[in-house]
Amino acid sequence: MLLVAGFVTGIIFGFLLQKAKVLRYDKQLGALIFEDFTIFKFMFSAIAVATVLLYAMYDLGWVQFHPKPTHLVANLMGGLIFGVGWALVGYCPGTSVGAVGEGRLDAFFGVLGMLMGAALYAEVYPLFEGTLLSWLYFGKVTVPQLLGVNHWMVVGVMVALMVALCLWFEAMGK
Amino acid sequence: MDVKGIFTREEWSPYVAGGLAGALLALSVLVTGKFLGASTSFVRVAGMLEKLLWPQKVVQNAYFMKKAPAVEWQVMMVLGILMGAFISSRLSGDFLFTLVPPLWEERFGHTPLKRVLVAFVGGSVLLFGARLAGGCPSGHGISGVSQLSVSSMVAMVGFVAGGILVARRLYSRR
Repeated sequence: MLLVAGFVTGIIFGFLLQKAKVLRYDKQLGALIFEDFTIFKFMFSAIAVATVLLYAMYDLGWVQFHPKPTHLVANLMGGLIFGVGWALVGYCPGTSVGAVGEGRLDAFFGVLGMLMGAALYAEVYPLFEGTLLSWLYFGKVTVPQLLGVNHWMVVGVMVALMVALCLWFEAMGK
Repeated sequence: MDVKGIFTREEWSPYVAGGLAGALLALSVLVTGKFLGASTSFVRVAGMLEKLLWPQKVVQNAYFMKKAPAVEWQVMMVLGILMGAFISSRLSGDFLFTLVPPLWEERFGHTPLKRVLVAFVGGSVLLFGARLAGGCPSGHGISGVSQLSVSSMVAMVGFVAGGILVARRLYSRR
């Protein structure tokens, strides 16, 4: 049942990604060279809506959160390495698979590369366990917990930031 | 209202599609407790492929012990993305088999081999980085930031910073 739910969720997600054109190499690179911010408009809208809905459901006790563990060195270094690869391949993991779905075959080679990268990471993972992954380790922590403030304050700031960035993109006409 | 026209339309506003993706994430968490993500699935599938060649090695690998090489919710979701993108692009008629994206062609000419190689290398670098960071633009970017997770915001800054740095070099002539 969970597998069916996953497949259906993916179909809807893939449909939305394709309709917004964010699966395209041109859109992904376009954002990184500041010429077309479509992918960020999609992402920031998703974040704004999801943040409000998730925290509302959290307050009602309907859902549990699973923030990923914070290990600052690994998060930042991994993020930067991801960015370097992202600019080269022009798709992220989810969009690469979607791009294959709309016939963009260069993304298929990107997917093969990603499988290779995953296998490589599994090989070197033991080296990182006592080093990169344990440096500046703070566990599963959210910004409201870190600041010790009510989470709706941070939700408000986040939504305002997402809206402001999108307004800025529109003002630039990109 | 022309309902069919909505689904066959080539492009939806990224704000509408993104907002719906945010609602989809919230619904998924409510119904199954699962947050959207993609990069872990590449580890699982890489493990399944490696298992065909060297079963003993995969069983003993510390990372594959954490991320078992098996089909679960997220792997099905990633396959769903492919299906959803296929359906959407067929409905709107912009499904297209191609190897070289327009922006790439404008900058580097019609160079399919070069494009495929760069996509492969970029893909492996990207996924290695995603696993070190603990996620990708879906898992960290949308799901993590929506929970206001510290790790996700740090990783997100890394994704964008690394991406901009390299993309601007690649397309510096523009």
